[in-house]
Amino acid sequence: MSAVRIKDRWGEQRLFEQRSLIAAFVIFALTSVLVGRLVVLQVVRHDYYTELSAGNRVRLEPLPAPRGLILDRHGKVLADNQPAFQLELVREQVPDVDATLKRLVEIGLLPADDLDDVKKLIRSRRKFDGVPIRLRMTDEEIARFAVHRFEFPGVDIATRLARSYPHREIAVHALGYVAAISESDLKRIDTGAYAGTTLIGKLGVEAAYEKELHGTNGSREILVNAAGRSVERAGAFVPDLRRVAPVAGADIITSIDLATQRIAEEALFERRGSIVAIDPATGDVIALVSRPGFDPNAFGRGLTRAEFAALNENIDRPLLNRALKGAYPPGSTIKPMVALAGLAYGVTTPEHSRACGGYFTLPGSRHRFRDWKPRGHGRVDMLTAIAQSCDVYFYDLSAQIGVDRLAEFLAHFGLGALTGIDISGEKRGLLPTPAWKRQAFSRPADQVWFPGETVIFGIGQGYLLATPLQMAHAAAIIASRGKSYQPRLVTALRDPVTNETRKLEPKLIEQVEIAQPDAWDVAIGGMVKVMNGGTASRSQAGAKYQIAGKTGTAQVFSVAQNAKYDESKIDERLRDHAWFIAFAPADAPKIAVAIMVENGRSGSGTAAPIARRVIDTYLLGAPTTELPPPKPIAGAPAPPPTATE
Amino acid sequence: MIYEEVEVGSRARRTLTATTRVLLALKLDGPLLVGLALLAVYGLVILYSASGQNMDKVLDGAMRVALGGIAMCTLAQVKPSFLRSISPWLFVIGCILLVVVDVVGYIGKGAQRWLDLGIVRFQPSEIMKLAVPMTCAWWLQDRAIPIDTRSLIVLTFAILIPAGLTIAQPDLGTGGLILIGGLMVLVMAGLSARIMAALALLGVVAAYFGWSFLHDYQRQRVLTLLDPESDPLGAGYHIIQSQIAIGSGGIFGKGWLNGSQGQLDFLPERSTDFIYAVIGEEFGMVGIVLMLLLYLFVVARALYLAIEMQDTFGRLLGGSIALTFFVYVFINAGMVSGLLPVVGVPLPLISYGGTSMVTLLAGFGILMSLYSHRKLIGS
Repeated sequence: MSAVRIKDRWGEQRLFEQRSLIAAFVIFALTSVLVGRLVVLQVVRHDYYTELSAGNRVRLEPLPAPRGLILDRHGKVLADNQPAFQLELVREQVPDVDATLKRLVEIGLLPADDLDDVKKLIRSRRKFDGVPIRLRMTDEEIARFAVHRFEFPGVDIATRLARSYPHREIAVHALGYVAAISESDLKRIDTGAYAGTTLIGKLGVEAAYEKELHGTNGSREILVNAAGRSVERAGAFVPDLRRVAPVAGADIITSIDLATQRIAEEALFERRGSIVAIDPATGDVIALVSRPGFDPNAFGRGLTRAEFAALNENIDRPLLNRALKGAYPPGSTIKPMVALAGLAYGVTTPEHSRACGGYFTLPGSRHRFRDWKPRGHGRVDMLTAIAQSCDVYFYDLSAQIGVDRLAEFLAHFGLGALTGIDISGEKRGLLPTPAWKRQAFSRPADQVWFPGETVIFGIGQGYLLATPLQMAHAAAIIASRGKSYQPRLVTALRDPVTNETRKLEPKLIEQVEIAQPDAWDVAIGGMVKVMNGGTASRSQAGAKYQIAGKTGTAQVFSVAQNAKYDESKIDERLRDHAWFIAFAPADAPKIAVAIMVENGRSGSGTAAPIARRVIDTYLLGAPTTELPPPKPIAGAPAPPPTATE
Repeated sequence: MIYEEVEVGSRARRTLTATTRVLLALKLDGPLLVGLALLAVYGLVILYSASGQNMDKVLDGAMRVALGGIAMCTLAQVKPSFLRSISPWLFVIGCILLVVVDVVGYIGKGAQRWLDLGIVRFQPSEIMKLAVPMTCAWWLQDRAIPIDTRSLIVLTFAILIPAGLTIAQPDLGTGGLILIGGLMVLVMAGLSARIMAALALLGVVAAYFGWSFLHDYQRQRVLTLLDPESDPLGAGYHIIQSQIAIGSGGIFGKGWLNGSQGQLDFLPERSTDFIYAVIGEEFGMVGIVLMLLLYLFVVARALYLAIEMQDTFGRLLGGSIALTFFVYVFINAGMVSGLLPVVGVPLPLISYGGTSMVTLLAGFGILMSLYSHRKLIGS
């Protein structure tokens, strides 16, 4: 250990050389392993890796097709696509997202309520994608952002095509709207075909003709890097990138007449109600109004939670399409049809008259069915009964026809059934029969059909319910003397590129036949008389054409036997609904309308003047009368504060 | 005419002699210098592509080559006796610095490899790559060859302590390389085949128990190697993408600057640890084999120089430097092509960044010093 061994220099040299030789062999062997691996990767599996490499860098990007336009019958635009300015944020370019959003709220470009939703949205997208955080910016907001732009790296204004409804609330319940594709939408659409589409039609024409409006999305291949970001590069590794052009959606030509629709909407301003106008010769819907409405543009840009709650919980229910879904007792508007039923079944004749003493009693009963006119109308025939809306006459007639026959007859006018209009959401209303009553009620006592229920059926009260669309449809059938056309909103589809128009044929459902030869003349004559000395004669005054109409005032609130209906003593929302159905010109009808004003109190006072303006606009181009101011209610208490707000 | 010919021929001979004379004066080895220079240039060419045509990075890489070249030339001038005498001190100082780094890292609760000296930041573990084989060779200089049991025990500790301290940083790659650098000295010093087999067995056992001491990310790397497809977007991503790059390159490659895997960022760490895959993608099998031949030439020349040495210190250290260099190449190429787990070992002289370029060329500088001064120490 202490002694230094004499080193065997030659032995050491030999050992080192021997080891070096072995090392050289090992190095050679290991290098062969590396080359062998190269052979496996670059020769044997070359094709496989080439494919993976190509798949890595090419991505398919959808090109959304422009959505078709919606036009009125004269080609006026009801819905189109407008470039909209929106604020977009690219997460990876923003130093501090929370601080940036806070600052945007401070300068008033972002509502504070939306902050959580916007943050969620930003998190849900890839960090290099532009996330729209504020849509539909006004010019003033764009200017305000421009001033502060230096404060917001990664936030910029982008232009996108957005659905636009230039007339805002006008015809919203007919057109529907577009909104973000929901989870339930995803279940029924072909998600592949909708790649790249962000909005989908909800309700109305937008939903019913979604397939035609949507068109066919195209696609293009883009070169992407590892982060999935599109890159523009030239080089041998750039493959031929394919592109499939999108096919634009078809333009939809509706039967709506924008001018008529607008006047009708305005007539119901600050009221609840509905107006439907139909061309009796085709079933084309000229106007379809449900008030209050809402601005469909708000849905396209995405409603905030608060905005949707405000709409959804509004006591006036602006989201409810009253024209299709509002089922109301139609009141006296069904009297011309009851008269037709009487003639059709030969129960009475036009000339037959009876005395009206202000009430009607069934044989063997003491119950008095009162007329709206307490002292009665005196002796009335069919024409006068329609013109004066004599309840007693129709109590009697209805009792003679019988409930089953009456219901069967009214079914030909579309009551109690879907009209088949080409947008969805329609309600059937209710056409009551003893059979219906037996299965509709559970208590045996309720299942009995009382003779009195047949009596009030004749004046459109009781269980009978109809939608404004059904009543307009019925008015159109009377106007065309029995021709029942399926109501429709869309009349043609137009190719946006070739302008080639494909017309859709109107569909005749049935021809209502009545054996009595002059039955239609009598019913229409009665409705003409309504306008001439009858209940709605004020609404005919000064018109260059003849209207045939029928007023209706439907009870919402039952008045006890022997008690008097006193308007001033009941809640505004329990007041009578005002109805009016009409068509004009009476001898060659071009338009049939149904007006329904919720709690409008009087068909003649409230609804009929609206019909006059609507018909004026359609036939003459503009209204020739003014709406009368609402009739003051004598001794009315102040409405409860919650009534309208 | 004849006069002219003689003139040209004699001038050429004189020029050749002049080059040899310059190299001799600088104590440099010509063939080794050419091999190293070719590899460095090849590295800069591929770095231009791998960095996304970033000239700043290429210039920075060239700066590192120049720095390494200076270190190499400087060390080539130093007398082997001086190198030998400072070896143990370098080792002791290196170990102290490693402990400091570990303590700082422990206090800072995170991985710590750097020692920040204000102006310069350097990795003590990088010094140990040279200090450990130098110390082993120093110890064996005047002792029995083949290595005896006592030396084996002493040197085992001299290797395991710095390697262990480096792995604790944690830096498994560099720790492993330190271990290998020392082991190569022992192998060249005649470590018996039986002990090598026993060490291999010990390694397997240590790996089994060491498994529980590995960090999660280190374990993940090993698991990923066994089945990269199990986690294609996580830990397996590196291996899958580098194999796609190499495989899609084929025999002749996609061409310089045209590798889509590298150019479009699919390949991670492509200018540093995974630059081998960029070569494979853009220059194909031809490019890689060419590079491997250059490496083999350098290793062969280095081994030849070691054999030519006349003292134990020079032989052992030279052999270790030559063999360790090959191990670097093999580990990096093996990990990028999916044969070995992903450990942070750069491709020598070609990967960008770090201090390894300087350490490597410094090692070759020492090798050249040992060789060029050999006659002075000789008998």
